[in-house]
Amino acid sequence: MNIIVCIKQVPDAKDVRLDPKTNTMAREGVESIMNPFDRHAVEEAVRLTEQHGGTVTVLSMGPPQAEAVLREAVSCGADEAVLVSDRSFAGADTWATTYTLGKAIDKVGPFDLILCGKQAIDGDTAQVGPGLARRLNIPYVSYVRKITGFENGAIRLHRLMDDGYDEVEIPLPGLLTVVKEINVPRVPSLKGKMKAKSLSIRTLNAEDIEADAGSLGLPGSTTQVVKVFAPEFKGERAMLEGTVDEQVEQLINKLEPYL
Amino acid sequence: MDYFLTEEQQMIVDIARQITDEKIIPQRAELDEKEEFATEILNDIAQADLFGLYIPEEYGGFGGSCFEIVLALEQFGRGCVAIATSFAASALGAYPILLSGSAEMKQKYMPDVATGKKKAAFALTEANAGSDASGIQTTAVLDGEEWVLNGTKQWITNAGEAQIYSVVAITDKSKGARGASMFIVEDTDPGFSYGPKEKKLGIRASATRELIFKDCRIPKDRLIGRQGLGFITVMKTLDLSRPGIAILGVGLGQAALDESVTYAKQRVQFGKPIISFQAIQHMLADMAIQVEASRALVYASAKHIAQHPKDMTKASSMCKVFATDMAMKVTTDAVQVLAGYGYMREYPVEKMMRDAKILQIYEGTNQIQRNVVGQELNKEYT
Repeated sequence: MNIIVCIKQVPDAKDVRLDPKTNTMAREGVESIMNPFDRHAVEEAVRLTEQHGGTVTVLSMGPPQAEAVLREAVSCGADEAVLVSDRSFAGADTWATTYTLGKAIDKVGPFDLILCGKQAIDGDTAQVGPGLARRLNIPYVSYVRKITGFENGAIRLHRLMDDGYDEVEIPLPGLLTVVKEINVPRVPSLKGKMKAKSLSIRTLNAEDIEADAGSLGLPGSTTQVVKVFAPEFKGERAMLEGTVDEQVEQLINKLEPYL
Repeated sequence: MDYFLTEEQQMIVDIARQITDEKIIPQRAELDEKEEFATEILNDIAQADLFGLYIPEEYGGFGGSCFEIVLALEQFGRGCVAIATSFAASALGAYPILLSGSAEMKQKYMPDVATGKKKAAFALTEANAGSDASGIQTTAVLDGEEWVLNGTKQWITNAGEAQIYSVVAITDKSKGARGASMFIVEDTDPGFSYGPKEKKLGIRASATRELIFKDCRIPKDRLIGRQGLGFITVMKTLDLSRPGIAILGVGLGQAALDESVTYAKQRVQFGKPIISFQAIQHMLADMAIQVEASRALVYASAKHIAQHPKDMTKASSMCKVFATDMAMKVTTDAVQVLAGYGYMREYPVEKMMRDAKILQIYEGTNQIQRNVVGQELNKEYT
């Protein structure tokens, strides 16, 4: 089974600050990490190939520094790494990102399965996985919490729902986005780290992926961030007093206008 | 402080640190409370290739020295001395084979120890043979193509969890120390069983049991090295392994210091964080000085010993005494800094203080280590 895992380098959420002037995220001096959900996607891919054979290729779209998360993924068991990087990719929204990733994956070659984290902790859209599946015209399932079977060119899994889970089967090639419940990611191994240190990472730019320039980056994006701000907290607190019956009465009175 | 580690050594530290922070620290209190062996965490350590740090590459290891294992143990010791002890005890059990075993024996046993698929253990201590190893009563008698072992080993770390046991037994009572030999006993050998798990003050997540040999028959080729050289193998093994115990003191002392400083900055009394009071500052300063001095001595000793010099015994004993006495003092002071909270199991320092005590006792008490240093000095100055 050949698996491609899309991973993203994100600022560590423990240390997020907004630049008060530009209202954009201050990245200076903030540690970059692999998006936590993507760590679970890498782990699941490595486990699947350990059981069924095949290779795991990790792919990241980002600036040259994103090489760090690709090497981290290799140290945790991935076989190959591809960096999709070009100045013209900057400012991409999820529409332009899925276009770029789709073109890059066409170049990387045939695959059975694509795994993504359910969302990145910086943008939080959860759109890139499903959008990418649409670009590649393959089926997808999001919020996967367990893979239960893989046979006859199909994959069976549990999709996490608010009130339980769905059992789903999709034909391959397909795409899954995973939640953190799916596994406990391993720590890098010493042999993995040594391999990651010396591995040459394949880099693809806009020309390599034969992309249409107008579909890339900010110009290719259909959405734009107009303003980023921290919402003002407007909550009010009221303590109800009296007997339980009286308190229930008061609560109903308070809620009624909103029904 | 920068100790100028190589890139590979830094990788070992980074991996061991990540295992400690992500796997060991979140689970240590529960494992301690339940006195549960940390099988899963040791599997994580195995998956990260750290069980083979000191094992030559030809036997599936990383090919490092006792310094590389010291780097990993420092991190594990910072997390939990019980788990670190379980990890270290496998090396202690493997060293006799590496030091004195035949090439075939190493080829047979070391690859599985290096991957962590099998764990090893070291069995010297008996009811009447602790500091005085000449009191050993376990015997091994050659009967045709087999050795027959009889006797009981006491307080053996990893007993019941390991698959490979390096066991000291007397093969010729009349020869005193020259009458002891070492053998490999496997967990499945007939006539070999374990006593119940011991209840301990600290390192409760480690497994400590008796090994019981009742006409335990093992093949003739399980003799490690030559007959009668068991004690020499034991002494060489302990010279190599003691820096590993010493560094557990450093890791543990560092953890106690970290907890103490963090707490002292948060705890407010008389309107100020207690770190602003000189009485507390001086305690913290002394802790920091002692931890760093111990680290420097253990690193230097381990690097010295890694070269297998003739005079490794003194360095090995000195660092063990210094760093483990430090750990006892620093963890006791940590409980003092956290005071009432420190005494409660809700905070980690009471466990650290309980765990510290064993470091002054096992792998040769600190009194015996001082004897060794004294004897070495006596030899040096003749």
